[in-house]
Amino acid sequence: MSATSPSRNRPAPVPVPESEPEPDREHTPTGAFRTVEWRRSPPAWHRVAEIAIKVTALTAIVAIALIFVFIALESLPLFTSKLVHQEVTFAKMWLRQAWDGPGWAWQPTSGVPKFSILPLLIGSLKITVVSVAVGAPLGILAAIFTSQIAPRWLREILKPTIELLAGIPSVVIGVFALLVMATWFQRAFGFEHRLNALVAGCALSLTIIPLVFTLAEDALSSVPKSFADASLALGATRMYTIVNVIVPAALPGIAAGVVLGFGRAIGETMIVVMASGNAALVNWSLGTSTRTITATIAQEMAEVVHGSPHYVVLFVLGATLLLFAFATNLVAQRIVDRFRRKRGGT
Amino acid sequence: MPTAALPTKIEVQNLNVFYRAEKKAETQALKDVALEIRDREVLALIGPSGCGKSTFLRVLNRMNDTVPGARVEGRVLLEGEDVLAKGYDVVGLRRRVGMVFQRPQPFPKSIFDNVAFGVRAHGLTDKNEIVRRVESALGRAALWDEVKDRLEASALSLSGGQAQRLCIARALAVEPEVLLMDEPTSALDPIATARLEELIHELRADLTIVIVTHSMQQAARVSQRTGFFYMGNLIEVGPTKQMFTRPRENKTEDYISGRFG
Repeated sequence: MSATSPSRNRPAPVPVPESEPEPDREHTPTGAFRTVEWRRSPPAWHRVAEIAIKVTALTAIVAIALIFVFIALESLPLFTSKLVHQEVTFAKMWLRQAWDGPGWAWQPTSGVPKFSILPLLIGSLKITVVSVAVGAPLGILAAIFTSQIAPRWLREILKPTIELLAGIPSVVIGVFALLVMATWFQRAFGFEHRLNALVAGCALSLTIIPLVFTLAEDALSSVPKSFADASLALGATRMYTIVNVIVPAALPGIAAGVVLGFGRAIGETMIVVMASGNAALVNWSLGTSTRTITATIAQEMAEVVHGSPHYVVLFVLGATLLLFAFATNLVAQRIVDRFRRKRGGT
Repeated sequence: MPTAALPTKIEVQNLNVFYRAEKKAETQALKDVALEIRDREVLALIGPSGCGKSTFLRVLNRMNDTVPGARVEGRVLLEGEDVLAKGYDVVGLRRRVGMVFQRPQPFPKSIFDNVAFGVRAHGLTDKNEIVRRVESALGRAALWDEVKDRLEASALSLSGGQAQRLCIARALAVEPEVLLMDEPTSALDPIATARLEELIHELRADLTIVIVTHSMQQAARVSQRTGFFYMGNLIEVGPTKQMFTRPRENKTEDYISGRFG
C-alpha cells in the first residue's frame, strides 16, 4: 500500500512524502498498516475531568469577582446618592476641611460627622511599614541561617518552631502586645501613648516573620547545590557564596515572601485593634496612638445604620484597602518578573 | 614521552573515604588509594560508575567537605603539604586547585561577571586587573572570539559547549596550578567535545590536569597517564599508551576491552 493512497478512515488525503507513514498509522511487524484509534479519542472521563477542573477554577475566579462587585456596589452611593452627599463626598474624604481642630479628621458619629480617610490611611501605612521593616529582615536572615549555616540537627528544630509561629491566633499576639510589649516599649522609649504604631507594628511583625521565613527558606533551599559547589570550588568562602550566589538566585522567592507579608500586614485586623490605641491622628510619629483602616471597619461596621453615609464610607474604605493591596501586589509582581527576565538572559 | 622526568605535584597516600548515609552503615568509597600526580601532566581516571573516581577527584580540593556524612583518612600532599590536615586553609587550596564539573553551571549573571567571580571572591578590586584576568582567561579557554562582543550578555544564553568553556575560563581566571575535571564533556555534543579536548592539550602547557572520564577513547586522546579505578580500589596507573596496549592487570584489560563496565 502506498503511503499517499487515501485510507478508509480519512476522507481527505493529505499529500505526504513517499517515505513517511501517515500520522495516525503505525507499522506492524508484518509491514502492513494498522489504524491506531486511541490517538484520536481519549476516554470519555478525560473530558469530564477537564470540565470539572474548569468549573472549579472558574468558581474561584467568580467568587473573587463577586467580592469586587459587592464592594463596588455598596461604595457607589458615595458618588450617586444625594442623601450621602449631605454629609460626605469623595473630595471631602481626601481634602483638608475647615473643621474645628485638624483639617483631616475621622469622627463619623459626632454632631458634624467627619469622614477623612487620611488619618486611617496614614495609620495603616505606618503600622504596615513598621511591621515589614522589622519582620522581613528578621524572617529573611532567619531563613538564610536556617537553610545555609545551621547544622542539620539545629535546622530540624528551627524550621518547625518558626513555622509554628504562623499558627498562633492573632488575638493571642494581640493580648501579648497589649499587656507585655506595650509596657516594655513604654519603659524603653518613654512614649506618651502606651499603645502606639510601634507596638502594633512590632506585634504584627510576629505574624509576617513566619510567612517571609517559610517562603524565603523554600526559595533558598531549592537553589541547586551545584551553584554553591561551583562557587566554593572557585575558592569563594561560604559567606561570599551565600551573599553572591545563593541569595541572588533565591531573590524572586524572597521578594514574593515580603510582598505576601506586606499584604498580610495591611489586612491584619485583630492585633491592630488591640495594640494600636485606635485614635485617628494625622502624624508620622511612631510613638502616638494610631487607627488603621481595618480596625475602623471591624469596630464600626457592626453599629452603623445600614445604607447610611457612614455605612457607605466604610465600604469605600474597604475598596481603598483592596485597591491598595492589589496595586502593591501588581507592582511587586512586575519587579519580580523583570528581575527574572534579567537573570534569564537574552 | 619522558613523563618520568616531571616532578610530583600531588602525592596521595593511603587514602580512605567513607560515606555514611543517615542511620545506615558506613560504606567505603575509596580503599587505600596511593597515587602520584605529576606537574603539568594530564592524568585521566577511568572506571565503571560508582568506582570512586569522582570521589577521589573531589578529595583533591576538599570539595568532599560539602557532602554530609563523608569521612576522609590518609594524606594528600600538595607540593609536600598535607591538604587534609586539620586547620588547612581550604579556601586557599581551592584557589590553587580548581574544578570543572560534569554539568556546566554558569551563574545567572553576565558572561563577564561569571569569569570575574572567583577573582572578585578573592578580594581583587582593581578594575583593570579584573578585566585583564577575564580577557586572558576567556582567551585561554578558547571562548574569547565567540563572546568578546557580548561580555555583558547573560551567561545563560550560551550553548552547552560554550557554557562549559565559560566554566573552564572561570576556573582559569583564578590562576590555579591544578585543574580537576569531572567528566567535563558528558553533557556536550561531539564537536564541542573535540574542542574541549583540544583545549586540554593547550592548557597542559602551564597546568596540571586530572580528568575523570567515562570514555576510554577520551582518556587515550588527552592524557599522558591513566589510572583505573574499580570498586574503590586503584587497580592500576601508568602511561596511557601502555595502559591501553598492554595493561599489567587482568581487570584493566577486561574493562578496556569492554568485557564489563
